[in-house]
Amino acid sequence: MSIKQISVFLENKKGRLIAITDCLSRNNINIRALSIADTTDFGIIRMIVDNPELAYTSLKKDGITVIESDVLAVQIPNIPGGMNKVLKLLWEAGVNLEYSYAFFGNDPQYAILILKVDKKSEAIEVLKKADIKLLSNEELSEQTIQG
Amino acid sequence: MYWNQKAECMSRDERALLQLSRLQNIVKHAYDNVVPFRKSMDDKGLLPQNIRSLEDITALPFTSKQDLRDSYPFDRFGVPMSEIVRIHASSGTTGKPTTVGYTKEDIDVWAETVARGLVSAGCNKNDIIQVSYGYGLFTGGLGLHYGVEKIGAAVLPSSVGNSKRQAMMMKDFAVTAICCTPSFATYMIEVLEENKIDPQELALKRGIFGAEPWSEAMRHNIEKKLNIKAYDIYGLSEICGPGVSMECEGQCGNHIFDDHYYPEIIDPDTGELLPEGRVGELVLTGLTKKGIPMIRYRTHDLTSLHYGPCDCGRTHVRMGRILGRSDDMLIIRGVNVFPSQIESVLLEMGQTSPYYHIIVDRQGSLDTLEIQVELSESMLSDEIRVMEALRDKIKRNIEQILGLACKITLSEPHSLTRFEGKAVRVTDRRKI
Repeated sequence: MSIKQISVFLENKKGRLIAITDCLSRNNINIRALSIADTTDFGIIRMIVDNPELAYTSLKKDGITVIESDVLAVQIPNIPGGMNKVLKLLWEAGVNLEYSYAFFGNDPQYAILILKVDKKSEAIEVLKKADIKLLSNEELSEQTIQG
Repeated sequence: MYWNQKAECMSRDERALLQLSRLQNIVKHAYDNVVPFRKSMDDKGLLPQNIRSLEDITALPFTSKQDLRDSYPFDRFGVPMSEIVRIHASSGTTGKPTTVGYTKEDIDVWAETVARGLVSAGCNKNDIIQVSYGYGLFTGGLGLHYGVEKIGAAVLPSSVGNSKRQAMMMKDFAVTAICCTPSFATYMIEVLEENKIDPQELALKRGIFGAEPWSEAMRHNIEKKLNIKAYDIYGLSEICGPGVSMECEGQCGNHIFDDHYYPEIIDPDTGELLPEGRVGELVLTGLTKKGIPMIRYRTHDLTSLHYGPCDCGRTHVRMGRILGRSDDMLIIRGVNVFPSQIESVLLEMGQTSPYYHIIVDRQGSLDTLEIQVELSESMLSDEIRVMEALRDKIKRNIEQILGLACKITLSEPHSLTRFEGKAVRVTDRRKI
C-alpha cells in the first residue's frame, strides 16, 4: 500500500514557491506535509496533500509541471525508538531509502513517516509482517476531516 | 522534376561562360552606377575591363555588412528609384538596419530561384504551402510567397504568430508543406501536441526550413515528430533573401543557384580563396542583381563548396551545412564555440527539450560559460540524485564536445523563451 505524493521541480528563482502555495490555496487544497530538497541551483518540493488529483490538475493548469510518485506513509508510535524500529527492519531487508520526512497526523500518539525506497514491494512486505501500519490516501484525508 | 531544366542541368563549362559574361556586366553596371563601389575599385586601381576570367573575381574588393550600413539607406542602389519596385531591410541588431532594393527583374530572378528550390524538394502546383516566415521587411515571408505562387501551388500566407490558429489551419486546410524557421517548426510540434493534433493525421509531407543555422540532429527530430521530410533553404537579404540555395530531395547539401549567385569560400582571417571542400566563409556575388549590386559580399556564414555531380542531375554547386557564423562564433577562453554544437549534444541525448540558452560572462579575467537547459516533463524526478545525474551527464557530454568547462543549469519545462522568428540563444555579458 502506498500513497500519492506531489512533487514540483523548482529553479532557484524569486516567487516560484509562492506560485505553488497560492494555487493550492485558491483550490482549497490542504498541505499535510511538505519537504524541500535543495541544491545550490534548484530544488524539489514534495508534498502530501488531502486531494492529490485536484492538486495535480490545478498546478498543471497554472503551468506548473508536477510529478506524481508513490511513497509509503508509515504510522509509527510517538515514542523514542519508533522511527528506529522501522528503519532497522528496512535495513535488514536490504531496502535503501531515497528520502524521508515526517509529520504528525491528528492523533498525537502517532507520527507519520513518509518514505521513498528503492524496493517498494519488499518494504511493504517486511513492514506488514511486523504489524506496522501503512496509511492510504483515504486514511490520511479522513484524519484531516476529523481534525 | 525540374523547374528550369536548362538552367539547372547545363554543363559546368557552359555555366562558367554564362557566369563570366554576367560577372563582367554586373561589375560594369556597379562601377558606372554605385559611387562607393567605384571608389573601392579606384582604390585598387581596377577597371571593369580588367575582369577577363572568372578567376579574376578574387581581385575585386569585398563588400561588408559595414559597407552597407555606411551607405544607409540607398547609396549603393544601382538604379534610380523609379526602377525600384521593392525595399527590404534586415534586422539591425546594432544601430541602423541595412536596406536592399529590387528591380522588377531582381524580384523575378528571386522568385525563379525559390521556385527551383521548391520543385527540387518535391513541391508542385498541387501543394498547399503554409508560409510561416515573417511577412514584412524581413525577406522570408515574401521571398517564399513569390516562389510558391510561381510554381502554381496554393500559398497560405500565415506569417508568424498565432500558432494555435496556424496549427488548426494546417489540419483543416490539409496543408502539404510548411516554410518557416527550424525553431518555429520545433515550436509547432509542441503547439500541435497541446492542441491534441496528431501529426499523423496531417497532410503535411515536407518542410522548408531556413533563416538560421540548424543541425542534422534537429532535422531528424523535426522529421520524426512531424512525420515529414525537412529541407534546408539558405539565403540572405543582401543577396536576395531565402532561395540563394536549397536542398534537393537527396538532402546532400544545398544547391546554390550559381547562374545568379556566384559563391566563393575564403579564409575569414586572410581573405584568401580556399580550395573545394575546405570550410571557410561564404562570399557571394549577385551576378544579375541590378537594384543593389552586391559584389563579393562577405556572409560570415561558415561552410564548404562541392562541385561533384549530384544524383538529382543538377549541376549547381552544393554547399555544406552552415556550421555557424564566423561572427556568431563565441570565443570562450580561446576556444571557438558554436551554439549548434550544444544543440547537437542535447538533441542526441534526447533527454531534455530542444530549448537552451547560452550565457557567457567574465569573472575577473576568466570567461564563464553557463548553459540553461530546459527539462522535458518526462525527465523530471522527485529525487535530487536523478536530477543531478542528468545535469552531470549533460555537462560531461557538452564539455567533451567543446573541450571547455561549463555550468549546466536545469530549467523548468516550458520556461525558456520560444522564438517564432530567428531564435536568440546567446547572451554575452562580457564587456571586452
